Amino acid sequence: MAKFREEGKKTIPQISTASLPDIIFMLIFFFMVSTTIRETQLMVNNEVPGATEVKKLERKDLVSYIYIGKPKRQFQDMYGTEPRIQLNDSFAKVDDIRDYISTERKQLDESERPKMTTSLKVDVDTKMGVVSEVKYALRKASALKINYSALEVDRVY
Amino acid sequence: MARPSGEFNAAPMADIAFLLLIFFLVATTFDVDTGIMRKLPPIPDEEQQRQQEDKQIKERNVFEVLINSSDQLLVEGEPMNISNLRESAKEFIANPRNKEDLPEMEMKEVPFFGQTETTKGIISLQNDRGTSYEMYIKVQNELTAAYNELHDDLAMQKFGQHYSELNEEQKDAIGDIYPMIISEAEPKNVGGN
Repeated sequence: MAKFREEGKKTIPQISTASLPDIIFMLIFFFMVSTTIRETQLMVNNEVPGATEVKKLERKDLVSYIYIGKPKRQFQDMYGTEPRIQLNDSFAKVDDIRDYISTERKQLDESERPKMTTSLKVDVDTKMGVVSEVKYALRKASALKINYSALEVDRVY
Repeated sequence: MARPSGEFNAAPMADIAFLLLIFFLVATTFDVDTGIMRKLPPIPDEEQQRQQEDKQIKERNVFEVLINSSDQLLVEGEPMNISNLRESAKEFIANPRNKEDLPEMEMKEVPFFGQTETTKGIISLQNDRGTSYEMYIKVQNELTAAYNELHDDLAMQKFGQHYSELNEEQKDAIGDIYPMIISEAEPKNVGGN
């Protein structure tokens, strides 16, 4: 006589969750390595243009950022819709760039000061007027290495 | 005496790890910063300014690019489409047939190459205050592309490698032959704001 197993009596053993933390930790390490900490809260619209001849910015510690664009919706009551400059976490005028550059420069080691780069993150909908003023201010502050921030695309027209 | 090890409950560990994961997801960004590198000219003092005025640059050595407030291009006095800018800039810089109206070539001693012809051509870019930033970057991109393609061609021809794979000295030598000079005049304000 064949033996039949009694069905229903056997309970499924619980799945071990011991390996779950390992998987999650692996994900954490991946994110820690491949991303960078967000430093500033953007207050302006900032969609940078596309370009094909872009270079990667290495040495992030040597880079200071200038954001230019229309203020975001929640700031428009106070600051209008004309493109504005943002330095660190606040809106600024062109005259403030000089101080900003000199404080950024002081934070660097003396030997690395000539390598300082200023990254201009300018929104595509900006006119050149304000950008030219910023460029002139940078020349006056003798921060001459600049980088027009752009995303890498395959073709521009 | 070591106690017999019991089962270690690892369930809360996953919760902690998840919490950390979410923190990193929120607080970090993925983007790598890329962009077009440029060097601004220093502001000349009075002495330099006087010297500069004495030093006239011949008209044939200057490739003039103007962008007006409605984003139209005027290249060497002729209206041009942005898609032709790269080719005409390349032709101007390299001057392959030694034309009279294209820039002069100067014989110079360059490492790896010996006595070779180097170009004296420079690009002059002027925009209006009303030019859109998008157009300005497109033009800068095309001009950079023109130089990059010339550098790459020369690197292939001489060293059989792409320009980006060369070492610093080789790059400098190629940079001596086709020096990248893009001079920018102060913007005009004709188109209104």
